[in-house]
Amino acid sequence: MAEIIVSFLLLLGGSFILIGSIGLIRMPDFFMRLHGPTKATTLGMAGILIASIVYFSFIVEQPSVKEILITIFLLITAPISGYMLIKSAIHHRLESHEGTKGCDNIEED
Amino acid sequence: MRFQSRLSWLPTPFRSLLLFIVWLLLNNSYSVGHLILGAILAIAIPWLILPFREPQPLILRPWLAIRHMLLVLYDILTANIQVAFLILGPVKRLRPAFVKVPLDLTHEMPITILASTVSLTPGTVSAEVYPIPETLAPGELPEQRYLLIHVLDLKDEQELINTIKTRYEAPLKEIFQC
Repeated sequence: MAEIIVSFLLLLGGSFILIGSIGLIRMPDFFMRLHGPTKATTLGMAGILIASIVYFSFIVEQPSVKEILITIFLLITAPISGYMLIKSAIHHRLESHEGTKGCDNIEED
Repeated sequence: MRFQSRLSWLPTPFRSLLLFIVWLLLNNSYSVGHLILGAILAIAIPWLILPFREPQPLILRPWLAIRHMLLVLYDILTANIQVAFLILGPVKRLRPAFVKVPLDLTHEMPITILASTVSLTPGTVSAEVYPIPETLAPGELPEQRYLLIHVLDLKDEQELINTIKTRYEAPLKEIFQC
């Protein structure tokens, strides 16, 4: 039973990370590419970490909660790295997709 | 808004609690020795780093903070699924946009938390906070701050701004009482 849950969670996590990576290729400009890795991968990592908790608690029988720490650090670092990337992209005045609205909201720095 | 904790020996109560829990989780043990060592570290480290920090408002409504955290976690879950569908769907139908959200928050810590929540929730990534501090004269306070966000698929600009303000900003104002 536990094995089924672990495999399901691993597959779920893996597919979300895969979708995030597909987003990197499919999106037309830098700003839209950023959405995949900052979001779709959060849930993917959550799935894999929960799978790890279940595996160590029920199969190895060595309860482990370190995964919660990894989750917290991920939740803190994902938005910050995304912010640094988009800030440098704005600073370098990267071209955005032609349909992008509200480009005049970007102020000169 | 309060900057100073009531307990002078515990300048940042929640950071201490967080450090204590992180210490126990890292060691994966709840023995007395680790409890004592963790408590000492949780009190000593905030004291040591206090001179490096700028004073930030304290969390005054811890229960509301926990409720807000659960709401954000739920939103992260739905956001992931939503963005996954947007990524797999037709790219041409996406309507990307930059949106400026006026902020009522005034301090760095609450603004940072808001910007991070916006980055993790549906189809939005926060890009910049205006005005940029370096463009202001020293000591000058900005009249109105804006958060610039990039939206993957914009339906209604005003609706999005309202959602962010009521769903994420209002609870933060309550929690920090500012």
